[in-house]
Amino acid sequence: MAVVPTPNPNGMPQTAAWRTRFRREWREWLLFVLFVFPNLFLFGVFNYWPLVYNFYLSFVDWNFLRADILWVGFRNYERVFTSNKFYEILWNTVVFSVSSFIFTLILGLAIALLLNQRLQGRNLVRAVVFSPTMLSGAAIAVIWTYIFDPRYGLLSEILGFVGLPSPNWLTSTFWAMPALIIVYVWKNMGYSVIIFLAGLQTISKDLYDAARVDGANAWERFVHVTLPGLRPIVFFLSVTTVLQSFQAFDIIRVMTAGGPANATNTLIYHLYELGFVSFNAGQAGVIAVVLFIIMFTLTVIQFRFMDQSDHGER
Amino acid sequence: MAQNDTSVAAYPARTAQKTRAKRISLSRSLSYVGMLVVVLVIGIPLYWMVIASFKTNTEIYTIPPTWIPHEPTLANYPAAWRAAPFGQYYLNSIFITVVGTAIKVFFAVTSAYALVFLRFPGKQYIFLILLAALMIPPEITIVPNYITVARLGWVNTYQGILVAGIATAYGTFLLRQYFSTMPREIIEAAKVDGANHIQILVLIVLPIAQPALVTMALITVVYIWNDFLWPLIVTNSASMRTLPIGIFWLLDQEGVTNWGVVMAGTVFVIAPIVLIFIWAQKYIVEGIAAGAVKE
Repeated sequence: MAVVPTPNPNGMPQTAAWRTRFRREWREWLLFVLFVFPNLFLFGVFNYWPLVYNFYLSFVDWNFLRADILWVGFRNYERVFTSNKFYEILWNTVVFSVSSFIFTLILGLAIALLLNQRLQGRNLVRAVVFSPTMLSGAAIAVIWTYIFDPRYGLLSEILGFVGLPSPNWLTSTFWAMPALIIVYVWKNMGYSVIIFLAGLQTISKDLYDAARVDGANAWERFVHVTLPGLRPIVFFLSVTTVLQSFQAFDIIRVMTAGGPANATNTLIYHLYELGFVSFNAGQAGVIAVVLFIIMFTLTVIQFRFMDQSDHGER
Repeated sequence: MAQNDTSVAAYPARTAQKTRAKRISLSRSLSYVGMLVVVLVIGIPLYWMVIASFKTNTEIYTIPPTWIPHEPTLANYPAAWRAAPFGQYYLNSIFITVVGTAIKVFFAVTSAYALVFLRFPGKQYIFLILLAALMIPPEITIVPNYITVARLGWVNTYQGILVAGIATAYGTFLLRQYFSTMPREIIEAAKVDGANHIQILVLIVLPIAQPALVTMALITVVYIWNDFLWPLIVTNSASMRTLPIGIFWLLDQEGVTNWGVVMAGTVFVIAPIVLIFIWAQKYIVEGIAAGAVKE
C-alpha cells in the first residue's frame, strides 16, 4: 500500500494545506473514524490495556476482592523467580513446546511430501488430517482421556496386543507430559501439512527437472531443491508452532489440570491457576509479563527474519 | 538409417523403462499405504468416540474392548442430554457463535474498506496498530480482561463472553489483502456515477469479496465455537456455559464411570463443526493456506 504524501501545492503553509485537505476530505475522515474506531477501541481496551495492566498488577498484592491494592514493588518477581516451582514450570513449557514443534514439523513435512504426489484420494486425506485442528480442544481432550484409560482405553488394548502393559498415562508424573504432546501433535499437525503443501506448490517444477537432468536422485532432489525451497515456510511454521504451543490450554485443563504434581503445569496454565484458582493477581501479572516478553521476542525474530529472507513471499 | 537406429536402441530402452515403471508402481503402493496409515491414525480415535457412544455400559467395561458394538444402543444420547443441560449449551454456543461471527465480519469489512478505499491522515499507522494486536496472545490478557468485564458487571453474561475477543485483526488483515487487489477503475467508475461509499461497499466490493468473506466467517465460526479459556473463566453457572465448557464439566462428573454418556456428549460438541467442515472444507483449507503463503 503506497502512501501518497500530502501534496503541498504553491508552497502553501502546512496548516493551510491541512485546512484545505480537511475541507475537501472531512466526510471521508468521518466515515473512516466510524468504520475503524470501534475495532480499534476494543483492541485498545481488551488487548493493549491488559499489557499495561498486567505490568501494573505484577507490582501489587491483590486478591480481586479486597478494596485496597497493596503496592509491593518487586516482591512478586522475587517470589516467582526464587521458587523452584517456576523453573519446573518453565522447563515443562520448553519440553512441551520443543517436542510439539519437532514432531509437528517432521510429521507435517512427511505427510505433505506424501500428499504432494498425484495420488487418488489425496484431497480426502488432506481434509482428514486437517480435520482435528477444526475440532474443540476440550472435546478432543475428553476423547483422548478415554483412549488413555489404562484399563478400558484403546491404547491399553493396542499396547496389550503387542504385549506391553499400559502406563497410567495421565496419573504418572513421567507419562502425563508425553500423553499431552501426543494429543497436541495429533490435533495440530494437519495445520503444518496444509502450509507445507502450499509451500511445496510454490517450488518451480523446472528446478526438479533441472536436477533430474543433472542426475540427482530423489534424496538429492529433496535436499537440494525441496528443502531450500521450503526454507521460508519452515521458518514461518517453526515460530507459529512454538507460539501456538505456548498457548495450549484446553487439553491441559481437561486432561491433567497441570498435574500430577505439576508435571504438566506450563506457563499459561500457571497463569490461569494463579489468577483464577489462587486469586493472586500480582504473581499472575508476573507470569503474564514473562510470557509476553518471550512470545514478543519470538514474533520480532520472525518478522526480522522474514523481511530479510523471503524473496518469493509477500 | 534413422529408423534403423531407433529400432536398435529401442530394446534396452524399453527394459529400462519397465524397471523404472516397476519402481514407480512400488513407491506408489507405498504411498497409498502411507496415506492409509495417516487416515487410520487420525480416524481411529474419532471412530472410537463414535462407537463408544453406541455401546452399552457393560460392553464399554469389558476387556477386550469391541471394535463394533455387539448390542448397539442409542440410550447414551438421551442420558447425556439429561446428565447436563445440553439444550441450554447448544443455545448458548449457537447464539455466541452467530452474533460473534456477525460482529467480527462487520468489523473486518468496515475496517478493511476504510483502510483500502478511504483517505485518512496517517492511516498506515492505524493499520499497524491493528496488525500489532495479533502479537498479543489473548491468553495473557485474561486477568485484566476479567477485571474489566467484572467492573462492567458483565461476568456470566453473553456480552461478557463476547466482548473481550470481538475486535478482529486477522479478519481485517485478510480482507484488506483481498480488497487491495480489486481493480480501482470499478470503484472510480462507481464514484463518477454518483455512488457513495456505503453503496460502493455493499453493491460492488462485498459481492466481489464473497470468497474471502466466506472463508473468514467460517474460520471465525470454528474459532468461537471451540473457544475454551475465556468462556471458562467468565461464566460461573451451567445456564451460561457453552458446549466445550459443558463437556469439560460432564467429564468431571461422569468420566471414568460412564464413558458411553461422555462420548455421546462429545459427539454433541463436535458434530456441528464436522458438518460445517465436510460442507466447506475447500474454503477453510485454502483460506488457511493463503494466509501463510502470500503470492
